Amino acid sequence: MSTADEIAKLTEPTRGRFGEFGGQYVAETLMPAIAQLEDAWRVARDDASYWAEVDSLLANYVGRPSLLYHARRLSAEVGADVYLKREDLNHTGAHKINNCIGQAVLARRMGKRRLIAETGAGQHGVATATVAALFGLPCEIYMGAEDVMRQALNVERMKLLGATVHPVESGTRTLKDAMNEALRDWVTNVGDTFYLIGSVAGPHPYPWMVRDLQSVIGREARRQILDQGGRLPDALVACVGGGSNAAGLFAPFIDEAKVRMFGVEAAGDGVATGRHAATLSAGRVGVLHGSKSYVLTHEDDARLGQIAHAHSISAGLDYPGVGPEHAAWKDSGRVSYVSRTDEQALAALELLARTEGILCALETAHAVAALEHVAGLVGKTGLIIVGLSGRGDKDMVTVAQRRSATT
Amino acid sequence: MTAQLRASFDNAAKQGRAALVAYMTFGDPDPMTSIDVVEAVARAGADVIELGVPFSDPSADGPSIQRAMERALIAGASLPGALSAVAELRRRGVATPIVLFGYYNPIFVMGPATFAERAARAGVDAVLTVDLPIDELAELAAPLATYGVSVIPLVAPTSTPDRIARLAELNAPFVYYISLTGVTGSRSAAPVDPARLAQIRTASGSPVAVGFGIRTPDDARRFAAVTDGVVVGTALVDRVAAGDAAGAPERVAALVRELAAAMIR
Repeated sequence: MSTADEIAKLTEPTRGRFGEFGGQYVAETLMPAIAQLEDAWRVARDDASYWAEVDSLLANYVGRPSLLYHARRLSAEVGADVYLKREDLNHTGAHKINNCIGQAVLARRMGKRRLIAETGAGQHGVATATVAALFGLPCEIYMGAEDVMRQALNVERMKLLGATVHPVESGTRTLKDAMNEALRDWVTNVGDTFYLIGSVAGPHPYPWMVRDLQSVIGREARRQILDQGGRLPDALVACVGGGSNAAGLFAPFIDEAKVRMFGVEAAGDGVATGRHAATLSAGRVGVLHGSKSYVLTHEDDARLGQIAHAHSISAGLDYPGVGPEHAAWKDSGRVSYVSRTDEQALAALELLARTEGILCALETAHAVAALEHVAGLVGKTGLIIVGLSGRGDKDMVTVAQRRSATT
Repeated sequence: MTAQLRASFDNAAKQGRAALVAYMTFGDPDPMTSIDVVEAVARAGADVIELGVPFSDPSADGPSIQRAMERALIAGASLPGALSAVAELRRRGVATPIVLFGYYNPIFVMGPATFAERAARAGVDAVLTVDLPIDELAELAAPLATYGVSVIPLVAPTSTPDRIARLAELNAPFVYYISLTGVTGSRSAAPVDPARLAQIRTASGSPVAVGFGIRTPDDARRFAAVTDGVVVGTALVDRVAAGDAAGAPERVAALVRELAAAMIR
């Protein structure tokens, strides 16, 4: 089956929404640009030549398909048959590049001459800077000043790749403020600029387009597990910040009623402490960055409707919103959302390193941390696929500091 | 309340001038002072007050208004506080029409119907929500209409003719034309094409106020010659920040008097 045929089977939003979630809550200035993007995406999505170009770059530049690896020692440790979908082995070290390749090809088809992006952990910034270099396009990256400090390695990578990195000093100086600043750039330079959003967030058509582009994770995993495991999996597990790697893994399985799905959010210091980023687990419906979805927002009179600070050891999950399709999956019960703390993520990172020799990103470690729970639900003979969304090199300083602080 | 807002534009036109629309961020530098600032601005000759409701993530605003909102939030400003401020201004006898200007999430979290009822009771004439384009506006416009509160739509240089044509269905007391693609206060305003304004006026059936980048009485005078209304925001917000809190009302009012004089065609 061709990529266009596989993509055509994925859910399309209705009038820009997944259920009640999504929409286009943006400034009037951007509306024509968003309409233009939506039109371009509809055409590209059905166009075999678009997918031929994307698939060729994914195969020859990114290194796809990524491995589906049977993690036997980890399986024994958690008590189920665990397979890792190795997005950490992609060029640039995470799943983010899948989306960037697809959007960059689209930007070129649309004649846009400048790329901008927001980034949290820096993985999306690095992936965007990478495709900008590959396509010969100027690139500006907005990154919270707090994240610039804790992800210094990725900042250097972006600069080496030729991108300009703007530290954002406003608000909480993290991912949400980077997104505000990227929106300000886009509204100012809307004529020639393509805003390459890194997650399944933002106004329609981004949540739809990014999920389609990331669905290569689930489309490959489906073929690979049938080949290696002989059947569909019992469960899928992936971490959720904005939710792009989870959406990409889940979407091609969404009609398989027997495949259970688990999104793992960042519980930070613990959901009860208020210092967390567990938007679906502990937030409520609101409007942020162009879409209606779950958000972390204050409800007391004094701060009514202000966006709350998110907290996570993982910069990539440190976001007070979440993609609208996840909100719809939560409300329909199709996907279960759980959360894991900073400490649990660190322990899971160490577990994976020691049992399998794989150093995963702190974001990814949240998914690994939920494995025992999921294994308990599917049993010893259960097949689980974990979205191993990124590698952990960028987090080594953070991890080392935490380890030395606790020993 | 549409009638009162429309009357401000009509009266200004009869007097041979454009209406002056003055923006201030509620709560900057603190809630009590900002009420005094708004009162002073109304008495200094503003035809319409736009009262900004601070939001933690003002993605359509430039640095001046971002900082004003940060100061306001630190000082304890909120959406319920802004509604109380409007009620207080009405109690003080300020009759100038007031447009609440802000972002949707605080309103959504309060509940659009609750917000509409409280806004009407406080004496709010209209609401402008930056992140509710006409496509998403119904969920707020409908409850507001129940309580007689209007919505003010934004029109941008990028707005297409089919989008402008849809403004007619709103019957807005005025429409706000953004004179440049960008955030508030970022650059100085480019000259606006009178034919473009006429097109918006005809398609919407509403007077047109122009804003973004209009800072000085000279800027204002150039725009007053061709538009129905002139919006000044960042320059007033900068005046609030240019000295101590006690002096803020008079500092801002002094600029408003100059701007009001510049409205005469």
